[in-house]
Amino acid sequence: MNAAANAQSTGYNFAYLDEQTKRMIRRAILKAIAIPGYQVPFASREMPMPYGWGTGGVQVTAAIIGPDDVLKVIDQGSDDTTNAVSIRKFFAKTAGVETTTETKRATIIQTRHRIPERELTAKQTIVFQVPIPEPLRFLEPRETETRKLHALADYGLMHVKLYEDIARHGHIATTYDYPVEVAGRYVMNPSPTPKFDNPKMDMSPALQLFGAGREKRIYAVPPFTKVRSLDFEDHPFKVQTFDTPCALCGVENVYLDEVVLDDRGGRMFVCSDSDFCEERRAEGHRGELSGEEPAFLKTAPAVEGEAT
Amino acid sequence: MSASTAQTSTIATGFADPVIAAQANFHAAMTALSRPGTVTTLSAGLIAPEPLTAELAAVALTLADHETTLWLDPALAASAEVVAYLRFHTGVRIVAKPRDAAFALVVDLAGMPALSAFAQGTDEYPDRSTTIIAAVQSLDAGRHLELAGPGIAERASLSLDPWPSNLTAELAANRAQFPRGIDLVFVSAGRVAALPRTTSVSEG
Amino acid sequence: MYVAVKGGEGAIDNAHALLAHERRGPTHIADLAPEQIESQLALAVDRVMAEGSLYDPALAALAIKQSRGDLIEAIFLVRAFRTTLPRFGASQPLDTSAMAIERRISATFKDLPGGQVLGPTFDYTHRLIDFMLAAGVAPPPPVEAPAETEPTPRVTDLLDGEGLIEAETATGNEDVGDLTRTPLDFPANRDLRLQALARGDEGFLLALGYSTQRGYGRTHPFVGEIRFGEVEAEFVPEELGFAVPLGPVAVTECQMVNQFHGSAEVPPQFTRGYGLVFGQSERKAMSMSLVDRALRTREFGEDVVAPAQDEEFVLSHCDNVQATGFVEHLKLPHYVDFQAELGLVRQMRTEYFARQEELKEAAE
Repeated sequence: MNAAANAQSTGYNFAYLDEQTKRMIRRAILKAIAIPGYQVPFASREMPMPYGWGTGGVQVTAAIIGPDDVLKVIDQGSDDTTNAVSIRKFFAKTAGVETTTETKRATIIQTRHRIPERELTAKQTIVFQVPIPEPLRFLEPRETETRKLHALADYGLMHVKLYEDIARHGHIATTYDYPVEVAGRYVMNPSPTPKFDNPKMDMSPALQLFGAGREKRIYAVPPFTKVRSLDFEDHPFKVQTFDTPCALCGVENVYLDEVVLDDRGGRMFVCSDSDFCEERRAEGHRGELSGEEPAFLKTAPAVEGEAT
Repeated sequence: MSASTAQTSTIATGFADPVIAAQANFHAAMTALSRPGTVTTLSAGLIAPEPLTAELAAVALTLADHETTLWLDPALAASAEVVAYLRFHTGVRIVAKPRDAAFALVVDLAGMPALSAFAQGTDEYPDRSTTIIAAVQSLDAGRHLELAGPGIAERASLSLDPWPSNLTAELAANRAQFPRGIDLVFVSAGRVAALPRTTSVSEG
Repeated sequence: MYVAVKGGEGAIDNAHALLAHERRGPTHIADLAPEQIESQLALAVDRVMAEGSLYDPALAALAIKQSRGDLIEAIFLVRAFRTTLPRFGASQPLDTSAMAIERRISATFKDLPGGQVLGPTFDYTHRLIDFMLAAGVAPPPPVEAPAETEPTPRVTDLLDGEGLIEAETATGNEDVGDLTRTPLDFPANRDLRLQALARGDEGFLLALGYSTQRGYGRTHPFVGEIRFGEVEAEFVPEELGFAVPLGPVAVTECQMVNQFHGSAEVPPQFTRGYGLVFGQSERKAMSMSLVDRALRTREFGEDVVAPAQDEEFVLSHCDNVQATGFVEHLKLPHYVDFQAELGLVRQMRTEYFARQEELKEAAE
């Protein structure tokens, strides 16, 4: 669409941000791509949504999106969580772009806390919303110190922390935002995705961009880049496993949400990636409870679920 | 705006739709840098004063503004028209030393200063380095280069003409000082490719 | 249901409609005009302008109405508006010695050129709820006097004449930093620190300033002077080359005078802590000047031992728009992460009870 026409209808520039801001963010993105895993400082703007609610991801998406892009926004794997709806609406309104819930149709996927189950393609860019970009932050709160540690590639603190977990619990006790090493150099936070999603980042055909608005950092993993979850030879990295398949589509080996059905311990496990689950059901796959619509999908009284 | 209207009569025009053109050009540069060896379309969409090429001008207008610094190679710097064009359309600060530049525009690749003369960034801020944007004759003929590194599934290649004989060795030295280093973007008629600092380059 | 699997969009629209309804309140009560807020809740407007870092009383008043009186929400609205505005450059430094003074007090001198001017202040009011206000009784007219013509030099300038206070190190025409255009990096210069404090949360700065008084980074402060009034803002357009007035802005300035015993290089002298905020807010200006002085600790070769002296701590946490966003983002769904933690806690509990069992068996 014509950018001038868009500006007239919304009162804002195409994709909300002014061109000066977009240039500043674009410069940061190019540096981030050239230095995989390194957090590039950028002059994050106040956005019309609160810090901590995806302002970094929104700024990155606004800087890269064009009129021909198709945008998908997910939060917790789902297209219909409130904040995902709100961000999708924001871009539909300010950029007039097509939006979708289908992973395979999207050219840009903005996400909070998940990577879709379907393998991303070289035609796609995934934009992560990041709350705390610094992997060393909870070990060393000072930016001046962590910057030095990255400069020296001194990640001893992180290894000590993970090893203390092993000494205490017998295994590493980090389940999400699990640190990774990118292209053999920088240690990076993948954002609070479950560690289940970490292997998807490794050698992904898609470009992965990370925006932290409040902390004013942008970083990137180029396509086909080695992403290694930190571990030890005697304690190799392992992802979460689930004992049951998805109660709706019957799929195994994906990340599941636990849905509480009643106050008597009734639970069901369903795909966290709602588009993936819907697509499978459309193809005719059925899970244990898919004969009936589960309670949380409709307003009728709760269906007695089988405890799992 | 009265000053600018007076100047437009002598300064060539920029993008017809700056918002859409800048997004398309940025997207091309982003693809080039994130997938080294990939040659993508860069529809400049403007007319630049010689010896500045339309593609160099397009990248400059897309990325540079008054918050950035720009170094011009001697052939470009010698043209008052080129300097006036870039200053008018971007407000960029033109610097005399390659070391002070966030971006460098190069039309004479053979005469370009050594990569080490440009800003390398620091260990703590490796992003504070120069991105060189160089115009070349061709992105599919000339010196054949084998590429490996982030952004490349297994191996990729790129052919560039011209290719100064010393540049392969300089790129190896550039790669060796990672995360510091220079990123290079190459443009030819309607096309763009790039060699970020992460790419290891060998002459095949 | 909160995580509406379908229909989230409708739920959001409905919530916003309900918000608008609640904002209006009972319709038999007159709608509140932004002009009423601007004139009658002027100190709230001042705070929103100061922390929103945009001098626009009418806009701040409207933001207060829109936010139903939630001042941090109003500050956020103003900030998000501000960020879309084009910027033409930086104004000339304000000359506060040329202020049209409404209030000016010094705690360090009994009397001084320009005098002590109490102006509109809550100081010395008895904090008794005034039921006459509820009854809408008009206040008696204030006493009037001809405008002062005597100049009112700043107290610090008086001290400066004797060399008793550190010289203010004006750096000339250097570019002044702007943390909204360049991300902060540490250590930050004083211009950026003052900018961060001027935009910083009043409550946070108040608590930090208070902590220095209680010994967490003591600075031995005296209020050299507080002044409030209008100052002319001026701007030099590049094409003109001389300053043109932009209009008056009301500001509160606080110059704190702090004791300093000197060092090997510097003779004993007073040092400065500076506070400047839009509108009338002495609490904020004073807190700012206490924290400014505390943050200069390293400059004076003193050790950083207290939170208020810790630049990274103060500057990273003083912005209430950032803070409220991140605290409140915990409302967003986190069930994917929580699922991961659930799995881990269940696993660790299983392991714990297995170990207990082993110990019991070993003991038996």
